[in-house]
Amino acid sequence: MARIISMRKAINEAIRQCMEEDPTVILLGEDVAGGEGSPGADDAWGGDMGITKGLQPQFGKDRVMDTPISESAIMGCAVGAAASGLRPIAELMFVDFMGVCFDQIMNQAAKFRYMFGGKAQTPVVIRTQIGAGYNAAAQHSQCLYPMFAHIPGIKCVIPSSAYDTKGLLIQAVRDNDPVIFFEHKVMYDEVSDDVPKEAYAIPFGEANIVRDGGDITIVAMARMVHKAKEAAEVLAREGIECQIVDPRTISPLDEDTIIECVEETGRLIVVDEAYPRCNMGTDIAALAAREAFGALKAPIQVVSPPHVPVPFAPELEEAFIPSPEKIADAVRKTVSYGA
Amino acid sequence: MASGAGMQLSRDKLLEAYRTMRTIRDFEERVHDEFEAGNLPGFVHLYAGEEASAVGVCLHLDDQDRICSTHRGHGHCIAKGCDVEGMWKELWGSSEGLCAGKGGSMHIADLSKGMMGANAIVGGGPPLAVGAAMAAKTLKTGKVAVTFTGDGGSNQGTTFESMNFASVFKLPVLFVFENNGYAETTGSGWSVACGDIVNRAPAFGMPGVQVDGFDFFAVHDAVGEAVERARAGEGPTLIEVKFGRFYGHHEGDNQSYRGPDEVEILRRDHDCLKLFRNRVTEAGLLSDSDLDAIDQETADLMDRCVEAAKNAPRPTPDQLTTDVYISY
Repeated sequence: MARIISMRKAINEAIRQCMEEDPTVILLGEDVAGGEGSPGADDAWGGDMGITKGLQPQFGKDRVMDTPISESAIMGCAVGAAASGLRPIAELMFVDFMGVCFDQIMNQAAKFRYMFGGKAQTPVVIRTQIGAGYNAAAQHSQCLYPMFAHIPGIKCVIPSSAYDTKGLLIQAVRDNDPVIFFEHKVMYDEVSDDVPKEAYAIPFGEANIVRDGGDITIVAMARMVHKAKEAAEVLAREGIECQIVDPRTISPLDEDTIIECVEETGRLIVVDEAYPRCNMGTDIAALAAREAFGALKAPIQVVSPPHVPVPFAPELEEAFIPSPEKIADAVRKTVSYGA
Repeated sequence: MASGAGMQLSRDKLLEAYRTMRTIRDFEERVHDEFEAGNLPGFVHLYAGEEASAVGVCLHLDDQDRICSTHRGHGHCIAKGCDVEGMWKELWGSSEGLCAGKGGSMHIADLSKGMMGANAIVGGGPPLAVGAAMAAKTLKTGKVAVTFTGDGGSNQGTTFESMNFASVFKLPVLFVFENNGYAETTGSGWSVACGDIVNRAPAFGMPGVQVDGFDFFAVHDAVGEAVERARAGEGPTLIEVKFGRFYGHHEGDNQSYRGPDEVEILRRDHDCLKLFRNRVTEAGLLSDSDLDAIDQETADLMDRCVEAAKNAPRPTPDQLTTDVYISY
């Protein structure tokens, strides 16, 4: 029987099961429980979106810690603790706050293994919210994951379903390298699907073919997978069959599956909510141009927002986010190329 | 804690102080209502209860003095002279908003008024204020910069760096820490390891003062001295303003981390507007009818502004890509 739960619940369940199976797993971040040092209730929030609610009552304050607002210290503490025997899950409330603490991830966590000649192990997981859709404006709505994919030494996970979220998060905690786990804030409640109750891990670097179709390959991540699915439904009624590929992790990236798919369909569109310069769209387009050039029947299209910060006004934000209509237009243009 | 004895302000200044505090209060109470009614997009963080700080500080400043604010920035904007109708239009996301609908509540700014922006990054403001102070010092303008930071932001590395930096360069900047007791849900008595933020001042080589943030006069007096020091080239000052907020961290916050009746007690016994009214009427400086007239004036202003915002023009899609650069 199907067990339909939201991405919100999938994350909570994954962390809970990881903490149950491994006493070295700790959770820390701003208001991850909520109410530390305050006169009222503990576990007041469970994170600003309520994702980690209930974990502090179960595991106690030694393992689920509210922190001061000190992102550099939170990240550095998690990284240092990871290099010293714990498996911390640190929450960076919004990926936009990475600006405050990037050094601890970019120069420290990412490089220990290599700089120290293979002697260090830094099994830290950094959970962070990405994405537009809540009218939260320029400093609370970015994706930014391409900036992390750029850096050798860290792994980047961007799930699009509750099933993948649980399995990839468990893998992230068990993984011995630093992992950034990007959660699209709009998807917490927007996306629900069938999730097994027991703990399971999904290996990194394995793309998921979300939809079969022979006319064109659409590579999409996170919320864009669902926008691409909507577009594919419309296009199917026009007789265009889209194959949708979700890489699930962008570092490592399952290049083989993407290349195989492009070789099958001969057409590629990448949908990426991140800013258009140096994003996963340009990266994957380059991959296909490099490795599957002979199979291409049309130029590769990248559907991304324009090169602008995320605006506040709802109609501008809506225009910023790649829509099913824009994806469908790009598909039609690609499929009809040369005709 | 400084007591705020000085009530030697002119009648006009007293009226201005009350009018500005009342404008902020009415603005925030109305934002609460409009947000609850589902009329406002995004996230809003209300300043109600904290008005004496913004106004006690900004009454010392002119348009060339600069301030940096926080996510809880509406009060600072109004106190620094931002157009209230333009702010309402911004909250509504109108293209006639103070930031053309692109910034919203967390990014309201008006550089022409010296308001360098609300800021959605905790600890984002202090380094910028240091920069504004550096400009004032270098250009010998005699102007000062003020950064408003919460108790949460007081724990950011950027804030510590800025305080040290400002002292090293003897910059004309005030670090105003608005300690409302909570960083989101987390108690400042816990998260500030040295107890009071003011205790950090000596470590950064600057004077520090803690004031009762419900008392406009206490804030105004303390800031007056600090601004004088800054303008005289004597460097930065730390001011910790202690008070409480009437609402949650953001609208929609369940506030279960707060004590029982905490907000009711704040509103009953520690309302800066009531305290101001009592002080000035008892001293015979202003009359109840003076203040009642202002209450009516600001209430009418909100009605007019909200009506204007509701009917204000919406941004068009082409505006999505404007104002990213000056030239590109």
